[in-house]
Amino acid sequence: MQNLKENSPLNIYIEHCRKGELAYQVCTDDSSPVFFPRVAAPRTGSPNLEWRVSRGLGTVHATTVVYYRNEPPLNVALIDLDEGFRMMSRVEDIDPLQVKIGLRVKVRMIPGDEKQPPYPVFTPVEAA
Amino acid sequence: MNGLQRGSVAVVGAAESDLGQVAPNTSIVDLMAQATMRALDDCGLKLSDIDGVLAATTQSRTPGMALCEYLRIKPRYIDGTLIGGSSFMSLLAHAQAAIQQGVCEAAVVAYGSTQRAVSRAAASPREYNHYESPYRPFLPASAYALAASRHMHEFGTTREQLAEVAVAARKWALMNPKAWEKEPLTIEQVLKSRMVSYPLTVRDCCLVTDGGGAIIITSAKRAKSLRKKPVYVLGVGEAIGHATISNMPDLTVTAAAESGPQAFKMAGLKPTDVDMLSLYDAFTITPILFLEDLGFCPKGEGGRFVSDGAIAPGGKLAVNTSGGGLSYCHPGMYGLLVMIEAVRQVRGECGERQVKDCEIALAHGNGGVLSTQCTVLFGAPSTI
Repeated sequence: MQNLKENSPLNIYIEHCRKGELAYQVCTDDSSPVFFPRVAAPRTGSPNLEWRVSRGLGTVHATTVVYYRNEPPLNVALIDLDEGFRMMSRVEDIDPLQVKIGLRVKVRMIPGDEKQPPYPVFTPVEAA
Repeated sequence: MNGLQRGSVAVVGAAESDLGQVAPNTSIVDLMAQATMRALDDCGLKLSDIDGVLAATTQSRTPGMALCEYLRIKPRYIDGTLIGGSSFMSLLAHAQAAIQQGVCEAAVVAYGSTQRAVSRAAASPREYNHYESPYRPFLPASAYALAASRHMHEFGTTREQLAEVAVAARKWALMNPKAWEKEPLTIEQVLKSRMVSYPLTVRDCCLVTDGGGAIIITSAKRAKSLRKKPVYVLGVGEAIGHATISNMPDLTVTAAAESGPQAFKMAGLKPTDVDMLSLYDAFTITPILFLEDLGFCPKGEGGRFVSDGAIAPGGKLAVNTSGGGLSYCHPGMYGLLVMIEAVRQVRGECGERQVKDCEIALAHGNGGVLSTQCTVLFGAPSTI
């Protein structure tokens, strides 16, 4: 099990983000994907969690557009990654209202600054 | 099995605190104490009879302690379960367990909120979550909007059907003198209101008001000797699905699909036995999900089920007769007021909006972002 005096699951996740990588875990007992990162696998409590880097391809599972006052509309979506885990994110480079369930997307890393660590967003996969 | 017995306890007192907008510097403990004394007056018990205090609020880490200090009571049982707006159904179940086991004899479940006076951001600050906060969802609305987007995608539910829920709530509210909203509302007005988090407009979202309430629970035996007709607890069910919307296993199925059957099993009842429903309507999508998950219509049919005024006055099923969180009152965690309306309907105290021959009422609480679900079935003495 992760030694929390040495490093935390979130910190390891952010370290991957700094390298431009979307990281997740796999429980090696049953090969099930785990996200958000943890010290013990859901349901079994297994400590056998291995870090992997996602290919960064996924599909929009659910979507909304937030209207904050005096701001452009903002997309918030749940993305199902091809490796079998789901995360909250947003889809950029497209009108937020045109982000539809089923849209194929790929990851893009937003570089961090002093206040905000880097975090992954998504863009539509170009039609081949 | 949860070890609780159908009808072992009854709600004997129920009251709201002042609702809507309270005076500056009113505290949540003022509201809890006011509601507690009104609920005691409702049933004829004295403050010194209370030996169980169960309280939850977002504005105090220790509301039970604060209420005991304020009223200078020393209960044998204190419970501060905090699982969002469904906390109060959960607390009622815990009060039943405590009373059944003889840990206490007469319990109060209390709530207070001044979120309108102090602002929602101050009353219920969001916890930072690195896996969600950077994306700036407008919580809780955006979480419900995400669930609505899935329901629309999978089942063809429409924005007009969501609006039907708000319009029905408003029609009921116009028959409730205590309701915050006083003007009629149309589907068109809901659709054209300011968009908050697509597909939810401000009229698809619950009110932001102050308010609170209290209910008094005691054993079935003692309940018989009190002022009002006892409202028996026939069944309870509690279930948790998740904490964050990113981790909701299926965005179209809530844990009400577990809490509902638990409550019905304990009560020995089925949905067709229920005369009225009090469903936590934080957003218009929630009654649609709960009607499905509690067994009042098949999964996916909720939008069609509520169409054509089906849950409005004169419709086929009486839902949220108070006007609900959408039009009556929504002081942050609304679950206690959800139960108070169900209790009053079973007592036959609802005046113009009274459901005829209401013997069995279902109160359903929702907490967090469709996270915790708690169901209570109340029955008149005729059901025992």
